[in-house]
Amino acid sequence: MSADKEQLDHQPNTGTEGPAQAGPSTSISKAAAATPAAAPGPILDVQHLTTRYGPIEAVRDVNIHVDEGEIVGVLGPNGAGKSTILGSIMGLVHPSQGKVLFMGQDVTGSQPETMVRLGVGLVPEGRRLFKQLTVSDNLRLGAATRKDKAVAKKDLDDMFELFPILKDRRNQLAGLLSGGEAQQLAIARTIMTGPRLLCLDEPSLGLAPKLVDAVFELIKGLRSRGYTILLVEQNALQVLEFADRAYILRSGKVQMDANAESLQDEKELLEAYLGVRD
Amino acid sequence: MNTVGQQLLNGLTLGSTYALMALGVAMVFSILHLANFAHGELLTICGYVMLGLRYTGAPWIVWVIAGIAASTVAALIMERLAFRPMRHANPIAMMVASLGLSILISYAFEAFISPRARAIPQPDWMNTALSLGGLQIRMQYILIIVVTIVALVGTLILLRRTVIGTAMRAAAEDFDAVRLMGVKANRVIAAAFALSGFLAGIAAVLIFAIRGSVSPHMGFALVLNAFIANVIGGLGNIWGAVLGGFIVGFIETGFRAFLPSNASGFTNGLLFLIVAIILIIRPEGLIAPKSAARV
Repeated sequence: MSADKEQLDHQPNTGTEGPAQAGPSTSISKAAAATPAAAPGPILDVQHLTTRYGPIEAVRDVNIHVDEGEIVGVLGPNGAGKSTILGSIMGLVHPSQGKVLFMGQDVTGSQPETMVRLGVGLVPEGRRLFKQLTVSDNLRLGAATRKDKAVAKKDLDDMFELFPILKDRRNQLAGLLSGGEAQQLAIARTIMTGPRLLCLDEPSLGLAPKLVDAVFELIKGLRSRGYTILLVEQNALQVLEFADRAYILRSGKVQMDANAESLQDEKELLEAYLGVRD
Repeated sequence: MNTVGQQLLNGLTLGSTYALMALGVAMVFSILHLANFAHGELLTICGYVMLGLRYTGAPWIVWVIAGIAASTVAALIMERLAFRPMRHANPIAMMVASLGLSILISYAFEAFISPRARAIPQPDWMNTALSLGGLQIRMQYILIIVVTIVALVGTLILLRRTVIGTAMRAAAEDFDAVRLMGVKANRVIAAAFALSGFLAGIAAVLIFAIRGSVSPHMGFALVLNAFIANVIGGLGNIWGAVLGGFIVGFIETGFRAFLPSNASGFTNGLLFLIVAIILIIRPEGLIAPKSAARV
């Protein structure tokens, strides 16, 4: 996507109360990432998070924070607890210990619909599109609870501009899309909820290498549109190329936490923790 | 009117009432995976409200509006008091709860009103006939067919054209994903129950127009037929349920009309036999749950 699409007039929720309360004046269009709103702390702060499934601790004492405008990766092999962290943030699973703070507010254990209204969007693992609904119905549902209908309409136009294939196929059932198209729809649908923090769970999963590159390009482009991004991925080396910081997760614990550049130099450690080679 | 034509009309009208009931049952089932046995009591609730208003001297149309409103509100109350606290329970437990609720309500009517059927008189115009191309059709039948068409088309428009309807269709596929769109789970479920109760109320008015009376336990036999309709159509498929409702109506009418009178007690048994045969041939129902709608 080119830089001239930057005028995406996106309305993030400001997260003080209720659904989609952002007024038209809070537009963060012009390179908002460069000049983040005067947020004193991180936009997302996960403190000492422990989540259990029955007796099994899926994640243990995890600390993660994301600052406004960052792309932060949570990387690790299968079963490391990456999705559990996102599920705990979104309220899909309930943490047994620890806190989740979003824009300074304690949101631990909130319902997913509340988190969305506060401004956290999740593109779930496996996309979870509504396959029997049309592409445009999927997008419309994303905007279902937004009060700023005019802006939502403009967001829809922007999504069609950003993903022309979705426009061509807007009257087709989402179940008929190819893997790459489906991932585009999953991301566009979540953007339609008006998030300020966009969480993506394994967006490259099941895609051909060329499409993986395209999805990562897209994520990079989203940052320049003012989104803060928390990206959960197995595809560690590729994410380190464009993320600002990353957490390396293994067996439910954060093993390393550093800026992405320095992590890239730690090839041996990465290999040990992630089993990656290049 | 010749017998076959008359029986086809009977089947169509009986099928209409089953279709509306089955649609309401399917609406809740597709979202919550709850087989709501107490759906039948939504019909009797409508009936007893109509019965009560009969004694006030209010006109028939007022009974109808109040009865349908009562079914709708009753469905919402059931959801709030009985099913919401069990939201995360096993579907079998929810089904047993709905069975308990059904028994509780039907015996309450028996204890506090009367164990016997009470008449809900029809307005006189229903028995007048309309001449249609040589056929004499009673207004009763025309009312049932027209109301059913309007209700089905209205439901279709609601599900296709409104945001809450779209959310209900989406919730039938993936409930958590709907919540990730910021749509409140409670609102979608309440909408499904309200629609289910509203359709039950309409079905009840039509059924009372045919039978002319309400009795405490009539809901149970009706809800069983609505379940059969759902199974025939493919569980979880709302339009399959509508189709199944019409099929059950035609089969039941056919048996009643053409079985020798000393065998008419076998009507329900034979109905289940036909369901069993359909399921042996097509285990997923006539319209398969997921794949069919995508053709």
